[in-house]
Amino acid sequence: MTKALVIGEMLNGELGAATFEGIAAARILDCSNVAVMIAGASIELAAEQAIFAGADQVFTISQGPAADGEFDDLINASYKIAKEIEPEIIIGSKTIIGRDVMPRLAFRLGTILVPDCMSLERDAEQRIIVTRPTYGGNVNARIACVGQPVVISLRPKSIDAMGLDQSRSGAINEIEFTSNIRTRIIEKIEEKSEGISLQDAKTVVAGGRGLGGPEAFDSLQELAGILGGAVGASRAACDAGWVPSSFQVGLTGKTVSPDLYIAIGISGASQHMAGCSNAKTLVAINKDEGANIFKEARFGVKGDWEKVIPAFIEQLHELIN
Amino acid sequence: MTLHIVVTAKQVVDPETPTSAFLIENNKVTTSTSFAPVINGYDEQAVEAALRIKEALGDVVITVLSCGSSFALDVIKKPLAMGADNLILLQDNAFDNLIDPTLVIRALTSAIQKIGDVDLVISGRQASDWDNALVPMGIAELLDWPVATIARKIDVIGNTVKVERVLPDGYEIVETTLPAVITVSNELGSPRYPNMRGIMGARKIQPTIWEINDLGIEYQSTEIAMELISLEKPIKSIETELIQGEDEADAGRKLALRLREERII
Ligand SMILES: Cc1cc2nc3c(=O)[nH]c(=O)nc-3n(C[C@H](O)[C@H](O)[C@H](O)COP(=O)(O)OP(=O)(O)OC[C@H]3O[C@@H](n4cnc5c(N)ncnc54)[C@H](O)[C@@H]3O)c2cc1C
Repeated sequence: MTKALVIGEMLNGELGAATFEGIAAARILDCSNVAVMIAGASIELAAEQAIFAGADQVFTISQGPAADGEFDDLINASYKIAKEIEPEIIIGSKTIIGRDVMPRLAFRLGTILVPDCMSLERDAEQRIIVTRPTYGGNVNARIACVGQPVVISLRPKSIDAMGLDQSRSGAINEIEFTSNIRTRIIEKIEEKSEGISLQDAKTVVAGGRGLGGPEAFDSLQELAGILGGAVGASRAACDAGWVPSSFQVGLTGKTVSPDLYIAIGISGASQHMAGCSNAKTLVAINKDEGANIFKEARFGVKGDWEKVIPAFIEQLHELIN
Repeated sequence: MTLHIVVTAKQVVDPETPTSAFLIENNKVTTSTSFAPVINGYDEQAVEAALRIKEALGDVVITVLSCGSSFALDVIKKPLAMGADNLILLQDNAFDNLIDPTLVIRALTSAIQKIGDVDLVISGRQASDWDNALVPMGIAELLDWPVATIARKIDVIGNTVKVERVLPDGYEIVETTLPAVITVSNELGSPRYPNMRGIMGARKIQPTIWEINDLGIEYQSTEIAMELISLEKPIKSIETELIQGEDEADAGRKLALRLREERII
């Protein structure tokens, strides 16, 4: 029997995508017993959801610093569970939580995390084989995970969740562990922009260094408004201070998978594409015909955005009203 | 009391190298020699973060620590030109083309212990070649030090470190005590350019070189958790339709019409 432990996550009070994707990954690897850890206030419903989603056993932490999102205790708790159930594989996600928790959990277990996996399978010898991007997405590596246990993190949105089966049942247990917080959250400052969130938007209009300044983002806001979408940006535009860093799409920013992604004045560096290449349709507007973005776009317009965008907006107004 | 900061810095392939210039030979990623290596961008920001602490506190020593099989000296000495005090290179063929960074983590940790009086380790949040984000976490776990990641601001106040951590929608302030490991992100701001005095000063500083045998590491290759099977360039098979128009504005209008035709909008 192969056991998996999924380090699950909550998102806005509900079971997060990371949990569903982690459970699905365990099933892809034919694990016969899947345990899930989740932490957060009032998580009974989420625990049940995890069972419906394919977990056999759920460990909950419903109070204390871990439930409030303190990494140190998430690691202490997951370490304790891992020691207790001795899974063959531990699966987490490369989210803001997983980026901290997964590597440290692996080291504490005497092994090392295989990060950012996009796909996984077993080879003829039953070894776990993953594919993960490296060099900012320029090169994919296929890696045999031979650690004991195998500890991996998934790139968000790269594994499809399974459907819910309400007839499934499983044990739900609150776990006990010794709390030890060494890095403490003092204050959280939210800088949420209004309107549709970048990650949920069906249309994303993203701007880069080619826009030349913050004013241009007003046109992008207008465009996003017409299309019912959200505005994103390249790191260059964020670093320049034209938009807040919460707008950043890419390897070290947000991963988006909208139906339509319109990249304006963005060259299409692999690190940027890592955040948007899941878009169903990618449109590029760039004045340089040789820009990499044209190699990844379904539709392209070669031109200066200052000329292209106003006309594009005008035509959209006609079509959409 | 002097605050001793170690900054870890990795020499990497320039991430701005065009995709087409990345080559895969014998399961190793290379670029043609016309592209010079660089210091991982986030590590330059780690140097910048250390220099800002030094400016704020005064009595600070900054040692830059790098691990690799070979170095371009003019590249790896850049942190000295920026204002760091010492450079230690962990240079050994054993560090060549490692897929599993465990050995590098052991080496850096041993070096930090060997230096002895280190209060704070600052690293870039990840290296731009493998994008692993593992080394600083590994050092922290091996040393059993607290960690704060993805910092955009670091304040050292006595024995306490206050860090502004970048979040997807905002930031948070976290606090820990020294000794600690902190990783920095680009939101910290651009690293400074070395000035003439810095460049001249750096010329006079010789890096200390430690080989693997100087570090007293116990490491067996059986500890490896990742075995490389293959490296491949991702295949992009999209056919791009370039929208033509009488002029750029016309192409903009046609783009809208074409997207409507395809029922995308
Ligand atoms: C480890 C690492 C992580 C990274 N993570 C991210 C990330 O998460 N997200 C991210 O975006 N980047 C990331 N980067 C940076 C990335 O490598 C690129 O540097 C960045 O994406 C470039 O942004 P850009 O396309 O806006 O700018 P540039 O590459 O400078 O491109 C600007 C484009 O605008 C075009 N242009 C100029 N003027 C006009 C005009 N008038 N009209 C139309 N087009 C015009 C130009 O032709 C050019 O193609 C990362 C880099 C590293 C090393």
